[in-house]
Amino acid sequence: MAGFFDVLASYDVLGAFWVNVQLTVWGALLALVLGTVLAVMRISPLLSLQWAGAAYVNIVRNTPLTVIMTFLVLAVWTQLSVTLSRDFTTNFFLFAVLGLGAYHAAFVCEAIRSGVNTVPVGQAEAARAIGLPFLSAARIIVLPQAFRGAIAPLGNTLIALLKNSTVAAAASVSTETSSVMKTMIEIRPDYLWEIFFTFAIGFVILIIPIGLATTWLSNRLAVRR
Amino acid sequence: MSASVLFDAPGPRGRRRMAISNALGAVVVLGILAWVLVVLSGKGQLAAGLWRTAVDPRAWQYYYLPGLQNTLRAAAFATVGAVVFGILFGMGRLSHLRAIRWVSSLLVEFLRAVPVLLMMVFLNILFGVTLRGVVADSAFTAVVVALILYNGSVIAELVRSGVGSLPRGQAEAGVSLGLTRGQTLRSIQLPQALIAMLPAVVSQLVVVLKDSALGQLIGYKELLRSAQILASGGGNPLQALFVAAILFILLNVVLSWVARRLARRLSSRTSGKTATGSGIGPGIAVPRTAPGVTAGG
Repeated sequence: MAGFFDVLASYDVLGAFWVNVQLTVWGALLALVLGTVLAVMRISPLLSLQWAGAAYVNIVRNTPLTVIMTFLVLAVWTQLSVTLSRDFTTNFFLFAVLGLGAYHAAFVCEAIRSGVNTVPVGQAEAARAIGLPFLSAARIIVLPQAFRGAIAPLGNTLIALLKNSTVAAAASVSTETSSVMKTMIEIRPDYLWEIFFTFAIGFVILIIPIGLATTWLSNRLAVRR
Repeated sequence: MSASVLFDAPGPRGRRRMAISNALGAVVVLGILAWVLVVLSGKGQLAAGLWRTAVDPRAWQYYYLPGLQNTLRAAAFATVGAVVFGILFGMGRLSHLRAIRWVSSLLVEFLRAVPVLLMMVFLNILFGVTLRGVVADSAFTAVVVALILYNGSVIAELVRSGVGSLPRGQAEAGVSLGLTRGQTLRSIQLPQALIAMLPAVVSQLVVVLKDSALGQLIGYKELLRSAQILASGGGNPLQALFVAAILFILLNVVLSWVARRLARRLSSRTSGKTATGSGIGPGIAVPRTAPGVTAGG
């Protein structure tokens, strides 16, 4: 066992998890903003926006995240020479955030739409009755309630996002967990099980609080009807 | 709630305004697309040669189709395995023996929390180094086993919640017929739960197919990897990945459509609600609050 701790000490395991946490936080912020915009587009009265939103969700939801990540690096960076940062490592990190955010925005959009479904029709009718146009009604009346109703699915999306942050390996982020774990077990296959369980349990530890927090929040914030 | 509740049926002026806004919205959307095309052609990415190598019959013969075949092969094995795994551990979580229930719950919750990619990387080395000679194709086996473990644990939850969403009378009827609780589960509750979860299993296939693309990272020659290899020869990653992405999207759209059709068709066949889930790719597949899926463990 002492040998295993030496292996563990020679790699920055905590740092790797920190990279995934950062990817998750920035990816989640991007996904939340983009997903909300998409959700508003999908419930808006304008047919063209509805279609654009639906097209985005259906295309992105059915594309593997791995394809999106590979596309960003191989096509957007290599071929179109779009660079997000002068720093080589930061550049790939930002591409990974972009990929995670763009992919999960589709799921955030659907989560918010499911939240909109929890808002009683009367609320929207009341908003119209006092003369609010669509955008005001959505912003002041519907969306705040929809968010409270959407916490559980949003939490699931966040958990998925955290786990999916390992796919940043496809965007050449070599400092995140799956890449570090790959290096470790390829060099020290004799400690294969120990290394795997270290990383696996790391994710369990990260994910359990999110699950508990969203369950607690969704119960607490649910609009009693 | 239908979206139309959010706004009034427009009058003549509103309709005119909406027509104008619609046209504007369409122009904006089309404008973005046009801008993308202009940028692409500015970078020379619309050159016919690049696209020709990407859709060449030989590209299909040697890259896309074998890749697609590998993707489908992994997905097929993984789905069958995941259903078997899911039924076994779903029943395990419903068992009246505390030990079996605990072990199944622990395993299912653990496997749902570990990223599929970590499992694939681990299993690839396990099969390739430790079990060399026992397992022939370590990358393929790693992809399949990782997908079985993750999706199987999702299906185990579906089984559990499917049985849980049946009316209590179903179990009571079984017991009053003189069946044991195990017999009731097997011959009355489980069949209904299985039919109810069929649509969710089909939409879980979308997740399996998407996750199989993770095999790329451990060197399994599925569709994405084949496209990459093709691109490295032709110098056209944009085009090759575009074709691969279209294939994935078409496949998954068809699967989602089948799942919806199944859900509609089967909804009258069971006492429980047929579960529908939307796949999210290596992550939680079915929202824990989806209809028919009770909050998991």
